[in-house]
Formats: sequence, C-alpha cells, structure tokens
Amino acid sequence: MSLQLMNFFYLIASVLFILGLKYMSHPRTAVRGNLLGALGMLIAIVVTLMDRNIVSYQVIVAGLVVGGLIGAIMAYRAPMTAMPQVVAVFNGFGGGASALAVGAAFIEALKGSFFEEINVLFTSSVAIAGFIGGIAFTGSGVAFAKLQGLMKERPIILPYRHLINIALALICVALSVMFVMNPASSSATYWIMLAVACVLGITLVIPIGGADMPVVISLLNAYSGLAAAGHGWVLNNSVLIISGSLVGSAGFILTAVMCKAMNRSLTNVMFAGVGEIVASEAESKDVYAGRVKATSPEEVAMLLEGARRVVIVPGYGLAVAQAQYAIQDLTNYLESKGVEVEFAIHPVAGRMPGHMNVLLAEANIPYDKLKEMDEINPTFRQTDVVIVIGANDVVNPIARNVTDPSNPIAGMPILNVDEARSVVIVKRSLSPGFAGIANPLFAADNSLMLFGDAKKMAVALVAALKEA
Amino acid sequence: MDVFVPALTIFILALFVGFELISKVPPLLHTPLMSGANAISGITLVGTLITSGTQLTTLTTILGFTAVVMATANVVGGFLVTHRMLAMFRRKEQ
Repeated sequence: MSLQLMNFFYLIASVLFILGLKYMSHPRTAVRGNLLGALGMLIAIVVTLMDRNIVSYQVIVAGLVVGGLIGAIMAYRAPMTAMPQVVAVFNGFGGGASALAVGAAFIEALKGSFFEEINVLFTSSVAIAGFIGGIAFTGSGVAFAKLQGLMKERPIILPYRHLINIALALICVALSVMFVMNPASSSATYWIMLAVACVLGITLVIPIGGADMPVVISLLNAYSGLAAAGHGWVLNNSVLIISGSLVGSAGFILTAVMCKAMNRSLTNVMFAGVGEIVASEAESKDVYAGRVKATSPEEVAMLLEGARRVVIVPGYGLAVAQAQYAIQDLTNYLESKGVEVEFAIHPVAGRMPGHMNVLLAEANIPYDKLKEMDEINPTFRQTDVVIVIGANDVVNPIARNVTDPSNPIAGMPILNVDEARSVVIVKRSLSPGFAGIANPLFAADNSLMLFGDAKKMAVALVAALKEA
Repeated sequence: MDVFVPALTIFILALFVGFELISKVPPLLHTPLMSGANAISGITLVGTLITSGTQLTTLTTILGFTAVVMATANVVGGFLVTHRMLAMFRRKEQ
C-alpha cells in the first residue's frame, strides 16, 4: 500500500476518533461514539499491518492475541467499583508501550532503518515520548496499587522529596540532551533516562493521597496521550499525533475540572502532600461535644415516610461498601410511595471523575436523576430529607469559611445539604474525611447520624420502611 | 526539519479540537470519557506494530512484542470497559 493511501486511511481513523469524542457529549449517543472510536482504531491497525517495513507477522499476531486477551479479561471481570484502578492500569500500559516502542525505534534508527540520517527532531521526540511514557507507566502503577489497596492510600512523604524530584527530572533532561546531541553512539543513554523517569513517576505519585486520585488519574491520562503524540513525532505519523493530542487535551481538561472542584491548584494537589494530617482528638471533641445525635433505621424510616422530596448524596464510602444496589432498592421503594428522589453528585466524589454516576447507572438508576452540584444546590431548601452516604468533605460547611488560613478546604465548592430540613449521615464513625478535619454538619441541629456500613444501613432502611 | 512545522501544526490544531470536544462532555460521562480517551491513546499500538514487525534485531523484537502486548491490552480493554459502562446509562422509562 502506498504511503499516500495509508495516510488517507489514517485521516479516516482520525476523523472517526473526533466524531467518537463528539458523540460522548450525550449519554444517548455515547455508545455509538465509543463504537466509532473502536472502528477508527481497527482501520488504523489494519492499514498499519500493510506497512512495507513489516517483514514478519508472527511476533505481531502473538502480541495482538496476548494483549487482546489480557485487555478483554480485565475489562469484563472488573467490577464497576474498581473502574479507577482499571483505567489506571490501561493508562500505564499505554504509557509503557510508547516508552518501549520509541526506544526500539531509536535502536532501529541507529541501524539506519528509518532515515538516512538521524536528526535532532527525531531524537528529541524520542526523549520526550520516553520521559512522559515512563512517568505515566510507573505513576499509573502506583495509582493502581493505592486504589486497589495494595498500598496505603495515605500519602507517603519522603524527606527532601521536592529536591529528589527536581534532581531526578534534571538527570532525565541531562541524559536526554546527551543523546539528542550525540545520537550516533548508542541507545544506552535512552534506557538509563527511561529508568530514571520511571523512578520519577513513583516519587511523584506516592505523596498523593486517595481522595486526590481523580486529579492524578486525569493527569496521567493526559501524559499517556502526550506520550502517544510524541511517538507520532518519532514515526512522523499523523494519526498518532492527532489522537495523542486529543487524549492529552481530554486529560488536561479533566485535571482542571477536578482541581476547580476542590478549589486547589494543580501544584497544590501534586506537591502539597494533603491528607497526611489527621484532626486532633481534642479539636474533634470541641466540634462534636454532646451535640451529635445518633439515630436508628426505624427513626429515619419515620422521617422518610413524611418526606416529599429526598436527595441522596453518594461518596466513596458507597463504592467501598458496594452499596449501589441497596440504594437502588431504597430509591425504588421511596418512589413507589410517591416520594421524589434525586442524587447530588459532587465532581470529586469517588476516586475518579464521574465515578459515582457509573456506580448508580450500574444499579439502574436513570441518569436524569443524577444531578450536578450547581443544578441541585438551589433545591436543598425545598428538600425534606438528605441522606449522605459515605461522603464527608464534600458536604462540610467549613468550606464556606474562607477567612481561616488553617482551613484546608476553604473555598471548596460543596453541596449545601445543611439547608435541607433534615440531614441523615450514614457513616461508620465520626472519623474525619480525607481533608483530616472535623465536620460541623454532623453536630448540626437538623443532622442525625446513622452509624454503620453504607450497604447494611440502606438494607435496614428499606426493611424498616416496609415494616412501618 | 521539513516535517517539523506540518507535524506541529497538526499537533496544535488537534489540541484545540480536543479542547472544544471534551469541554462539551457532561460530568455524568466523565468516567467513560476518560476510559474511552484512554483507549484512543492506545493508538500507540500503530507505532509498536511497525517497530515489532521490522525485526532488525532480537532486542527490538522483544521490546516490540512487549509494547504490542501492552498497547493491545490498552486498546481492547479500554474500548470494552467503556462500552460496558456506557451501556448501563439509561433514561427513566416513561
């Protein structure tokens, strides 16, 4: 197949990716969008297999089969609660593949297979793709380990960690400059640089705590996109450049959205090591002393009997307890009694952007009931009962206190649940959320604490409602 | 250097297209968006195919094979898991 014809098919693939992302803007068309993306990918792969540089297909077919099986098994076996770590793994694979492939391309270019002469553009693209790909690979690995519970979610703070990171980054830059300036020697410098970048990926992500994972995952997603784009520069391949930058911008936009939803800068999320401090006992006692009212499922059932509008606020605790189906039963029962039920989704609820929506969709809750923060906030005043399940910082009214410099969540946009007539908080204990601060909502006059596991309590609520 | 400017043009323009498209995706679909975009970034597979098929040295073949496995897992798993998620989103039955 001529180069011209190949590039023509790559253009078709690129257009399909763009259309696919366009259709992602509405749940009605999103399935079609994903299929268009997959079709674009198929076209790009088939066309590439006809490349005249390819002399043998055994290795390729073996790789496609093994990789396809791994991907398919992971995609089908993963529970919806584990989506953040699944995305992290795939992301790491993408970044790692870019890093290895540009390294291999570099070796082959040294043997003279691609060009007459290796130029600076080629070697710098190799350096950039390898650097970003290496960070995306190990960074995603650490994110996976934290999300999967293989590693503690709390931040791991190394002494002099900023210095270490800067030093590692500088070593990568120095090594890159070495082989960009003098490529003819060997590719060894590249592999050392890649190894250092892999270490940097680890040291960058270990100080970041669990609740900041939505930002990290978005950012790593952007990195693996950029690594693919860099790979495209190496091979001078337009479809790689286009799709890489599409994914890059997706990752950066989501990163910005997540940071905004926490009212923190990206630098703060990446480098501040938030989540290491836990509220002192004394401080919590001050806030809660004698004012926290524990309640029972029966009492909450009575509240719900008299309610006309109920809003449920899900948080990461819902995912941990796998409570989505129990919540579905509760919703169905309330709706059968004529109660209006809606869900208030905070942008950073869960461990990745939009995590809660997927869990509730899995439990057959129609998406028109899932409301964004700005849409639902004005309605809390007309809400009889709010049920907060496994969320904490995103409903903490302290966030409105922007003048206190010691307030770690000052100015963070929150769900104004305290404006509702009654608030029921389902939680195991009074322990602080990720921000490590006490939540005065738990001690408010209109709040009731329902202590226990999210799933068990939702089941108990339905049982109590049916008995009453 | 004659390929530099055309490649840069494509790169920058695609960033703008991506920005426009992604800004229109509602937070409701941010998880599938991310896994779908992630699957698209598996396009790096195209590059790994070329590298692993040329078979210049054993080393590049091994590297190429590993890269093909990882990129394919990224592509296949990414699109499948996105499909699984998107298929669950439904409206209220009227």
